[in-house]
Amino acid sequence: MALVQVNNISLLSISAAVPKNKVFTKDYDYISEQERDMFIKTVGIEERRVAPPHLTAADLCYHSALQIINTLQWDKNSIDAIIFVTQSPDYFLPASSIILQHKLGLSKNTIAFDINLGCSGYVYGLYVLGSMLQNGQIKRAILLAGDKSTLSTCYKDKSTYPLFGDAGSATALEYNPNASPIFFNLQSDGSGEDAIKIPHGGSRYHIQPDTFDEVEIEPGIIRSKRHLQLLGADIFNFALREVSPNIDKLLEFSGISKDEINFFIFHQANYLMNESVRKKMKVDKSKVPYSIHKFGNTSSASIPLTIVTELKDQLQSLQTLLFSGFGVGFSWASCVFQSKNIQVLPLLEIE
Amino acid sequence: MISIEEFTQLLEKEFEELPPNTLTPDTNYRDIPNWSSMHALIIIAFADANFGVELTASDLRSTQTIRDLYNIIQSKITNQ
Repeated sequence: MALVQVNNISLLSISAAVPKNKVFTKDYDYISEQERDMFIKTVGIEERRVAPPHLTAADLCYHSALQIINTLQWDKNSIDAIIFVTQSPDYFLPASSIILQHKLGLSKNTIAFDINLGCSGYVYGLYVLGSMLQNGQIKRAILLAGDKSTLSTCYKDKSTYPLFGDAGSATALEYNPNASPIFFNLQSDGSGEDAIKIPHGGSRYHIQPDTFDEVEIEPGIIRSKRHLQLLGADIFNFALREVSPNIDKLLEFSGISKDEINFFIFHQANYLMNESVRKKMKVDKSKVPYSIHKFGNTSSASIPLTIVTELKDQLQSLQTLLFSGFGVGFSWASCVFQSKNIQVLPLLEIE
Repeated sequence: MISIEEFTQLLEKEFEELPPNTLTPDTNYRDIPNWSSMHALIIIAFADANFGVELTASDLRSTQTIRDLYNIIQSKITNQ
């Protein structure tokens, strides 16, 4: 069981960037008005941000990282690692984090690599970077997390198209021997690989004659194999089955009680699904912020984006925070820790 | 396990837009006005929250009426 304690890490600052371009669910005329209303009420998404062709997830993360570096006045030579959690990199290769090392003007002594995870990725990224920093041999790092998920959805697939928004984020981590420990519970179940998948374009099924053929799966769901597929019921059941026990075990391991936690920041998957998990865990609504109404499901950026948009002025004092990400893979992970003063930076909107 | 009538009423409350007593045990739940996959998710959440039972996509495919849902939930409770 991957229950892990990471010591000596301060989470100093969080930044998020979204495209300026808004898309509204009420304008999605591929489905009826009643269905749109039902979607807004249950899934919770009223609007989301969609990046224009020239703007990638790496670009959004670049702006976030720059905001962090400037605000903290970090000497660029003092940054030891930059890790980018994404499933929509700029290229198959090289890794986007390496391109960003150069673009941001970081030193050639920087560790840079990508992590291929989605909904769970922010927590996994904190774990990986935290583990790298905790013995103090390297001291400063930036975690980037974000996706351009709208690139992979088909307008004629009502089960995916209105769900996703684009976003990027950056989080500054620093070695600090006085920091409170961060406790993690990290899990995986690859038997759920088909639940959220882009079937073609990788090396198992590369681009083939039928890759771009749009096929009707069921009424209102038409897509090709280069598009994202979602099996809603399977994902819903996965979240109901796994998230609450994952957090219960984490809390038991950490010795932190549910009541001590000020905010539970969940991956913004689907309002009904998140609310079902929240009710199952018997957590008060006031402790669970949502950004899904305005930004949709933003993959690995959803936890930092929710902090930036919903908790901006609330993390200066001592807080106990729990993050939980769950989805594509299946992969899911939670972490809990005491934060002293996280500088939450204003949301960036990029053209 | 509650009676089929209570079950039907409880499920009906999940669909706020429905006037009271719209559903009966023999209603095909896919005939709920403007039925969509969101309704299916509401039923999955309902089964989990009220009965601690997981309704899979294939469970849903194999059922038509509210009575079918009741029976499948009851059999899952018995087999737990």
